[in-house]
Amino acid sequence: MSIITVENLSKRFGDLAAVDGISFEVEKGTIFGFLGPNGAGKTTTINILCTLLSPTSGTARINGHDCMKGSAEVRKVIGIVFQDNTLDKELTAYENLLFHSYLYQIPKKVRKVRIEEALNFVGLFERRNEQVKKFSGGMKRRLEVARSIIHQPKVLFLDEPTLGLDPQSRTNLWEFIATLPEQQDVTVFMTTHYMEEAEICNKIAVIDKGKIIASGSPEDLKKSIGGDVIYLKTRNNTQAVQEIKDKLRIDAEERDGEVFLSVAKGDACIPTLITTLADMVISVRLQRPTLNDVFLKLTGKAIRPESVTGGDELKAAIRSYRRKFDKG
Amino acid sequence: MLRSDLNAIYVVVAREFIKFVRERGRLISTLARPLIWLFLVGGGMSRMVSPDMGMPYMQFIFPGIIGMTILFSSIFSSISIIWDKEFGFMKEMLVAPVSRFSIVVGKALSGTVVSTLQALIILLLFPVIGFKLGIVQILLILGISILLSFCISSLGILIASFYENFESFSVIMNFIVMPMFFLSGAMYPVKLLPPLLGLFTRINPLTYGIDALKYMVFPEKKLLTHDFPLGLDIAVIAVASVVFVVIAGNVFEKRK
Repeated sequence: MSIITVENLSKRFGDLAAVDGISFEVEKGTIFGFLGPNGAGKTTTINILCTLLSPTSGTARINGHDCMKGSAEVRKVIGIVFQDNTLDKELTAYENLLFHSYLYQIPKKVRKVRIEEALNFVGLFERRNEQVKKFSGGMKRRLEVARSIIHQPKVLFLDEPTLGLDPQSRTNLWEFIATLPEQQDVTVFMTTHYMEEAEICNKIAVIDKGKIIASGSPEDLKKSIGGDVIYLKTRNNTQAVQEIKDKLRIDAEERDGEVFLSVAKGDACIPTLITTLADMVISVRLQRPTLNDVFLKLTGKAIRPESVTGGDELKAAIRSYRRKFDKG
Repeated sequence: MLRSDLNAIYVVVAREFIKFVRERGRLISTLARPLIWLFLVGGGMSRMVSPDMGMPYMQFIFPGIIGMTILFSSIFSSISIIWDKEFGFMKEMLVAPVSRFSIVVGKALSGTVVSTLQALIILLLFPVIGFKLGIVQILLILGISILLSFCISSLGILIASFYENFESFSVIMNFIVMPMFFLSGAMYPVKLLPPLLGLFTRINPLTYGIDALKYMVFPEKKLLTHDFPLGLDIAVIAVASVVFVVIAGNVFEKRK
């Protein structure tokens, strides 16, 4: 059953089509990932779904209610973690959640219990009486997630929830988000431009320049670009390449001191390779295609300079600079 | 009115009140301005303005200084909406299942509470200025302060609803707040102003609030006391409040 239905949705700002005729459906109880580079139209779509923006054309429905005409009904069933922090930093963690519970009509007798449960859920119960301005970026995010679930929404929107967090907080938050559909009985709609984060989604839509250019499960998308990649370290690379070509009729080449080949089913191919090359093999590395490869193939550009293949010093420097910048 | 709206109004006011109590610096700095005007400007001018007008200048400006306290603290309080926009908290309120109208009324009432408290503090200086006010007079002045605070806070929200960030803050101060203060009869009687300035005075809601305060502070009609009938004062403040709240509510309701 679809809980979000979007049909031919467009949003223009002057000449710019931020969202250009997109359609998709999100199944109840799943994690849906909206993936794309900065400025692709992700946040615009979320703002329309959250009743903050009105579309230029097309329709969006949540839980059977139109996001324009039925905005009052839609607002009752959604929870949102915006890209930018929306906590009141002068108030304590508890007060922020209390404010929210009043806005969302949480009955008085369950208010305290729900807030405490949510704070426990994100591991901030001990610090509930501290002002939010004393919290780290990761703690603020978790507090926002806690706030977004205390009114038990049916759909939870997460707009770049890990933006500006350090790698460890990112991983923690992401593992936590993966548990939400089951533990909180909620459908998650999230956007990200970190490819590795999108792996937890049941379904992904890739958006670029306001258009959806591919959709499916992460596995489907990865399959769509072809097979796995195998890297071999051997005692004699030239000879190994020759033998693979002759005996197995698979195209192989030497790259950076390793033998590289692309095959449909990598795991099934490895035993044959090792038997064929006998004792020449030192090590084998199988690499599944990543969502970044998908994006690269679909748009001809990597989604972010530092994703997946990163590792050289310049990229690391950019990353740490960006982190400082985001936090500041 | 719906229960959800009452809840929203309550919690918006509660938030502002908690923050007000927490930021003591804000209270001190907003009280400093009227005190400086009352004692430094008022004290100095008392020597210059001839005493045959019926009362010392410092006494004459006392209702105006209460009005000033309300003007600045109400505008500052509702301008906090721009902070809420800039720091994202406004989104938390806008996606909530409550009417825009209740957010606007909640903000206006926040400003009312905070301003009235400050006006009361200034009012309690009356023995120092040489007034003898009865308890009924004090309560009536407080009542007018509440009405005026609500009106000016609503105006502040209306102004704030057109701005997304604080870059235009000095524009608001220099072109709206300061002229409103000087053209309100706070510092000089409305009837002594030249016709053009007098016209501006008459379209300024603060004028009527200060006039009503004068009415309460100076029960006897003299040259320097009130200019309009009390009924007109209250009617103008009430109508202006409703107009401001309705327009601001509609501006907030509009989606881009």
